[in-house]
Amino acid sequence: MNEMAQLQKRRLALYGWMLAAPALALMSLFAFYPAIATLWHSLFTRGTTRRPSVFAGLDNYSDLFADPTFWTVASNNLIYAGITIPVSIFFALAMALWANAHIPARSFVRSAYFTPTILPMIAAANLWLFFYTPDLGVIDQITGFFGAEPTNWLGQPETALASIIIVTIWKESGFFMIFYLAALQTIPPDLREAARIEGAGRWTYTRRILLPLLMPTTIFVFVNAMINSVKLIDHLFILTKGGPNNASKLILYWIWEMAFAYFDSPHAAAMTILVLLTLGIVAVIQFRLVEKRTHYR
Amino acid sequence: MNTIVTSISPKRRLPDLDKVFDAVGAWVLAIVWISPLLFATWAALQPSGTALGMDFSSPLTFENFVYVWNAVPWVGYFTNTVVLVTLILAGQLVLCTLAGFAFARFEFKGRDTVFILVLLQLFILPEVLIVENYAIVSKLGLFDTALGIGLPYMASAFGIFLLRQAFKSVPIELEEAARIEGCSWMGVLWKVYVPAAKPVYLAYALVSIATHWNNFLWPLIVTNSPDTRPLTVGLSLFGAPETGVDISVISAATLTTILPLLIAFMIFQRQFIQAFLRAGIR
Repeated sequence: MNEMAQLQKRRLALYGWMLAAPALALMSLFAFYPAIATLWHSLFTRGTTRRPSVFAGLDNYSDLFADPTFWTVASNNLIYAGITIPVSIFFALAMALWANAHIPARSFVRSAYFTPTILPMIAAANLWLFFYTPDLGVIDQITGFFGAEPTNWLGQPETALASIIIVTIWKESGFFMIFYLAALQTIPPDLREAARIEGAGRWTYTRRILLPLLMPTTIFVFVNAMINSVKLIDHLFILTKGGPNNASKLILYWIWEMAFAYFDSPHAAAMTILVLLTLGIVAVIQFRLVEKRTHYR
Repeated sequence: MNTIVTSISPKRRLPDLDKVFDAVGAWVLAIVWISPLLFATWAALQPSGTALGMDFSSPLTFENFVYVWNAVPWVGYFTNTVVLVTLILAGQLVLCTLAGFAFARFEFKGRDTVFILVLLQLFILPEVLIVENYAIVSKLGLFDTALGIGLPYMASAFGIFLLRQAFKSVPIELEEAARIEGCSWMGVLWKVYVPAAKPVYLAYALVSIATHWNNFLWPLIVTNSPDTRPLTVGLSLFGAPETGVDISVISAATLTTILPLLIAFMIFQRQFIQAFLRAGIR
């Protein structure tokens, strides 16, 4: 009898493995293996037909650290993340509260917020091109009306990154709104009523009741926004190409440029490893946060 | 009666003012958010080559759309995108269902460790691994094919995670009832679990379609012919400033490519947003 149960258990385990195997195989081929291969290749020099690649230790990494472009790009990406994450979350929350409130033409408002989400980033960049074009663009037309000089928003180092940041915020806020909307539906309306009876004003209600209840959603959105700040770079191809003089260049764009425009894959690999390390740290922090939440429950 | 009304009315008046502010704020933000689309529409209807002033009295024309339509093989790009998106979604649904089922309902050695590895993949973005994935796809002989673009996305950690959660919330009694009726494991999966997870499937499918319809960087890298190039890559090649086309033409091209998407969104808007809400990806 015991043997039978043992056999049955073995069979189920085998079955489980077989079900998971196709997905695990593809995942290994396109995520785990390339991650390890990137690490391996980041330790070698670029091979040419005359000179084969040789082991270089951490040279590629020290090259990166010695390259001023690295520091420009890294700090650009930090600014990019540091602004797009909180501002998008703020807009997403405001949008969700408004799209959930009883206002006239609510469904129009909802779709206006959400529409940028369904557009390709490339298309979004094209739409914004019309805003940023010097002299003819919408922004210059408006500022020109007040007598300001035309500005080359995308072409000067002071404003190029900011222009990129605005497009990203425009693109991702509506997406994050959805998650807040979903969370708001789960909050019982009695809570607001109870708070009102207790004499809590609207601001108190939002700050002391709503925001804490939305915390899990905020963590989820935060992590997604963080990943987006690495991933969302398509608009650079249209708007600035990372210029002028690297002023709006972001890490992933730089990796693409090194690997596919300058054919310098060892340095691209080293940069990729640095990004993966950062993402790994984010992953660990998120798992910790989620764990804490479950303990709390 | 009278006293009750007077004691309540001052409290009632304050939220009303709040409501006005809410409506105005919501409206202003909505108009700002939609304005790039509106301006692009207006620009696309202007004669190409004219200086774009804020002169709203000038006559409208469709010549930009006609020019754009004839200049680029949009139908081909459109077909490529549809094929690509369908291929990826089909692969994802099959692979993630099987894996999600395994992680939800089977006990096997190392399951939890493997699952953590799967979750880790959420952070190893395919976008970051472009250099190595390019090499792998080329070695497999899949460069410039739809399968080459789609394969790296098929084993989606997000999909496995979502479906595992959905399957776990199915009451085990349903499964046992089906088993008593003589269902095999595959029968149980197909007749009990998949129908129970329908809203999750719908939400996941919509997210997947939207993501891969819009994907750009990876298709840019692994395609180099009009036979495989998706819409986004086609649009970027057309819109590049160095080609010297002006803003009216770029706007017309952009609108042409996003029109199917916008129409689909308008028709399925309710389902789309509802799917997100119901799946409650929290």
